[in-house]
Amino acid sequence: MTITVAGNEKEYDAGLTVTTLIAAEEVETPEYVTVSINDEFVASGDFETTTLKDGDNVEFLYFMGGGR
Amino acid sequence: MAFTNEQMERYSRHIILSEVGVKGQKKLLNSKVLIIGAGGLGAPVGMYLAAAGVGTIGIADADTVDLSNLQRQVIHTTADVGKPKVESAKETMLAINPDITVNTYHEFVLASNIADIVKDYDFVIDGTDNFPAKFLINDACVLAKKPFSHAGIIRFQGQLMTYVPGEGPCYRCVFKSPPPPDAVPTCSQAGVIGAMGGVIGSLQAMEAIKYIIGKGELLTGQLLTYDALKMEFRKIKLPHGDHCAVCGKEPTITELFDYEQAVCGVNYDE
Repeated sequence: MTITVAGNEKEYDAGLTVTTLIAAEEVETPEYVTVSINDEFVASGDFETTTLKDGDNVEFLYFMGGGR
Repeated sequence: MAFTNEQMERYSRHIILSEVGVKGQKKLLNSKVLIIGAGGLGAPVGMYLAAAGVGTIGIADADTVDLSNLQRQVIHTTADVGKPKVESAKETMLAINPDITVNTYHEFVLASNIADIVKDYDFVIDGTDNFPAKFLINDACVLAKKPFSHAGIIRFQGQLMTYVPGEGPCYRCVFKSPPPPDAVPTCSQAGVIGAMGGVIGSLQAMEAIKYIIGKGELLTGQLLTYDALKMEFRKIKLPHGDHCAVCGKEPTITELFDYEQAVCGVNYDE
């Protein structure tokens, strides 16, 4: 299946969970990433049970603490 | 209030813009913006807002200028090392534009004082370097119904979003609570390219100006991310967190509190 991850189209096997995707995409600080699928947030407690489907649009939102 | 000849000349490139004009410039001169953090982000924000003629600028920061700040905090100079950042920032802003008023708050912004500071301003800029402060600014602005620009920078990356009461998600809708101290790298640990403050801070100044003059589209409900190495800007749509603890339908945060301050390295300062 084809999904869009952070704006880029990617091929993944069906049945992919958010947890597996986070590992496959080598997300930095995976414990603290916010995930949205098709512009809806996924609760972090649901990462393991949420499966992606063809055409899904996934975004990772990262804490960025610097500024001064 | 009629413009003086000097004001007409100083703001002529604004006044000639149909989106600004005399009316918009008057709005800027009558506006009050609070900048929290006189550092990498606060520096360009302060300088551009001063130059733009934002009539009252508040600047809050407890620190003094350090030599390691000067790689990016362009509002301070080498001669300012050791001076309170708010004083150094005020001097630069008034040197750019003596037409404005600058209020300084040489203190940490905490749950005990933030509401009192924020209440006098129309728009707030988050230019802080730590999550406890970023969450506090969010909560204070949500509870006081004040619009604000959130931003963060690290390494070659930056991001920002704008909160306007009733018009979109707040920072806490996206990030529920601060990560534990040291779980996510800070600039002092991971570094930041100096010009990143210039890029993202200038965008924060742009959001404040657009909000004040009431023109264009703001980054409400959107996170703008910038990757300097890829030279890529992206806008990520942010859904509203209906269950948000502070701005949701049934908020659980109804008064301000401080998270434990994560101290960055030896020196709190970034």
